[in-house]
Amino acid sequence: MTEPTLAVEMRGIVKRFPGVVANDQVDFDLRVGEVHALLGENGAGKSTLMNILAGLYGADAGTTRVHSEVVEFHSPRDAIEVGLGMVHQHFTLVDPLTVTENILLGLDEPRFWLDTPRYEAKVGALAEETGLAVDPAAKVWQLSVGEQQRVEILKMLYRGANILIMDEPTAVLAPQEIDELFETLRGMTAGGASIVFISHKLDEVLKIADRVTVMRRGVVTAAGVPAAGKTKRDLAQLMVGREVLETVDKAEVAPGSIVLEMTGVEAISDRGITALAGIDLRIRSGQIIGLAGVAGNGQSELAEVITGLRECTGSITVNGQELANRPVSEAIDAGVAHVPEDRTGTGSAPNLSLTDNLIMKSYRSEPIGHGWTIDSSVARGQAQGLKDAYEVAAPSIDTEARLLSGGNLQRLILAREISSEPGLMVAVQPTRGLDVGAIETVHKLLLKQRAAGMAVLLISEDLDEILMLSDRVAVIYEGHISASIPAAEADVGDLGLMMTGSVTIDPSAAGSIRP
Amino acid sequence: MSAPAAPRRRRFPLAIHAERRLETPRGLGVVTTIGAVVVALFISAALIWLIGGDPVNAYAHIVRSSLGSVGVLSDTLVKATPLIFTGLACSVAFRMRLWNIGAEGQLMMGAWGASAIVLAGWLPEGTPGFVYLPLMMVAGVAAGALWAGIAGWLKARLNVNEIITTLMMVYIAIKWVQFWVFGPWSDGGFQMSPRFPREAWLPRLTDYSSSVPDFGGLTVHLGFILAIIAAGLVWVFLNRSRKGYEIRLIGDNPRAARYAGIDIGRTIILVMLISGALAGLAGATEISGVVHRLQDNFSPGYGFTGIIVAFLARFNPLGVVVAAIAFGALILAGREIQPAGIPAMIQGIILFCVIASDVFLRYRVRLVRP
Repeated sequence: MTEPTLAVEMRGIVKRFPGVVANDQVDFDLRVGEVHALLGENGAGKSTLMNILAGLYGADAGTTRVHSEVVEFHSPRDAIEVGLGMVHQHFTLVDPLTVTENILLGLDEPRFWLDTPRYEAKVGALAEETGLAVDPAAKVWQLSVGEQQRVEILKMLYRGANILIMDEPTAVLAPQEIDELFETLRGMTAGGASIVFISHKLDEVLKIADRVTVMRRGVVTAAGVPAAGKTKRDLAQLMVGREVLETVDKAEVAPGSIVLEMTGVEAISDRGITALAGIDLRIRSGQIIGLAGVAGNGQSELAEVITGLRECTGSITVNGQELANRPVSEAIDAGVAHVPEDRTGTGSAPNLSLTDNLIMKSYRSEPIGHGWTIDSSVARGQAQGLKDAYEVAAPSIDTEARLLSGGNLQRLILAREISSEPGLMVAVQPTRGLDVGAIETVHKLLLKQRAAGMAVLLISEDLDEILMLSDRVAVIYEGHISASIPAAEADVGDLGLMMTGSVTIDPSAAGSIRP
Repeated sequence: MSAPAAPRRRRFPLAIHAERRLETPRGLGVVTTIGAVVVALFISAALIWLIGGDPVNAYAHIVRSSLGSVGVLSDTLVKATPLIFTGLACSVAFRMRLWNIGAEGQLMMGAWGASAIVLAGWLPEGTPGFVYLPLMMVAGVAAGALWAGIAGWLKARLNVNEIITTLMMVYIAIKWVQFWVFGPWSDGGFQMSPRFPREAWLPRLTDYSSSVPDFGGLTVHLGFILAIIAAGLVWVFLNRSRKGYEIRLIGDNPRAARYAGIDIGRTIILVMLISGALAGLAGATEISGVVHRLQDNFSPGYGFTGIIVAFLARFNPLGVVVAAIAFGALILAGREIQPAGIPAMIQGIILFCVIASDVFLRYRVRLVRP
């Protein structure tokens, strides 16, 4: 049997960042025509390795061969010259430009005169050939997220890429779009392309990958093992280095008094359409209400009206205090904590220090706020305490928040929100994009708060998570909330049908959620 | 089997490789700023040489005629005083990414407000200085704050771009001052007001030359001390106060600031008021410390130079003092350098270099052999 042809061969890659070794003597092989999953927790070094391969970072040591030739890239441009392209998690498209214009950006050809119809035909032909259906003349802002991703892939293929690195491509996609993406990737490998698929979602890795390489803390823990025959449990163990608890201890907590009560709440979205169509909801202390639903059915708006970030009609009370249409600071003072969906855009200030980020909710009051001043020694002391207690991995409390990995940033946000000793926690997609270990931490923290008597509104797309943590479950669809049922009695199939609107939520039954 | 290597472009033997910094080392800001200024001086030297001048001589002359003796040093500090105030005005707003580029207009209104105390004739002749001067300063602060506050209110309530409004309001302020010095306050038809009474002058060192002869001819005035105090207060405000923290937060991520419960609209108005007040003080101290009357064109663009000073100081109030003195020297020497545009050109080149040097703070840049 002959050795399979290697598209990429990385040997002994070392990359150091201040205080950490992101890649320590890493070897990585990519065979021609395979989908090779690179699996690991946030901060395990998988993105660093691929950024080195794509020419974004220089390695401190090690060699890279592409199609047997030793290469040294100094920019992504060098990489694409030998047919190696990376599709980043955050798209690099210019919204007001068309698909074709985006694809041509930065190329030597066309030189001065942009013959739009000619290039649109060219892009259209490529799209057809590769099965990446997208209108070459459409403006990027008109496209769905899935279509935008196709444009990113087309951009690389147009530049002649036959080795494609996809950095967590499914993180932004809806389930159906994921299936389409997988279809495309399979078509591409059948045509001779090779694909690196960075992910921490075990299901997907098992579904799409031919082989798997697992990384943990900068080193490879499993190199190119065939995906066939592996189970989720095997992979999870390789990823976090220990047995992962798939169930959580959920002690019985007797629900207490009503904390949150919403009656007839209506709100419109940024786009001016009805986002909440008469919401009635009650949560008692010591209770987690899980709200399932596909993103974009009013979840963000619901969290925003409770926390004072969005105007609404109707009544929202927390411990008897009316909070509808009141300033955000009143909700904070009333003990409403908020773990926002968008951690970098809303939940943190990326260029400020951990300290500045940790005091965002507490700087007004004693002991940090002192008259019109801030007592920075108290602030720093508290920040250090929170950083240690919540195991936020960072060099110091002066580190800028943007340098934290996803899981660490979420720990920071939870540390800040929980330390305010809230009565109500509104957690929106608290574990999205996190790795197994971080998800476990978040789940434990939420259950601990429940035991301490906090009321929790858990808004999530992940049904497993909702069923595991919640006392009662409800579904949100197009701004309507279903009546809640005890989590133990919930049927995943029924919930799924309600989430997708296959079963109409009866507005008259969209009553209060009663314990 | 190996795929054919793609044709490689011909390259220069050295390539620039920029890598995003994870952390900015302490003190790098100061080092790059000084480096940028040095580079700017070399570029300026090359240009001076190209037009047939002698750069070494020119720089020596600039230093000599601005810092060479106690007398010229005093003159430099006089020029630096309004620049400290306008530099602080810009720094406060720029920290929040609120681009108040109209400090020049707020300075004009500050000068007008201070003048009104003297020229409106409300105070009887012979009113003592301790009544005149505080009132003039307060009026200058109020007028400058009001002028910037209008732009702040428009931004906070109607989301009107402050870059446009603050800049346009400079020209309204200039015309407003012109109206008063050509019309109601004209001194016998000249485009200036009558000279203020001595009681409305900020004390200068030279005023004490009868007791300390060495002070003779030194025109540095109390406004410089006020400017230093203001710099200290602004530093405390930005770095130690709750509002200062809110300003940092809004500047970095307005959505996070809203999420943290900060009323962004109110903060915009407040910061504009503070910024305008500082610029107004620049006008009030210049009028009562140097010009001693309201006149057309009394400011050679102190408000606009304040923008450069703020950037040079990277919005640090203490850095503003240093940068303002350097620019004061440049303005002073400008009177003796031919062609007269050279100092302005050097200022411009310094601004460009300082802004461009930011890339070294955000990226680690290396030369590599490809």
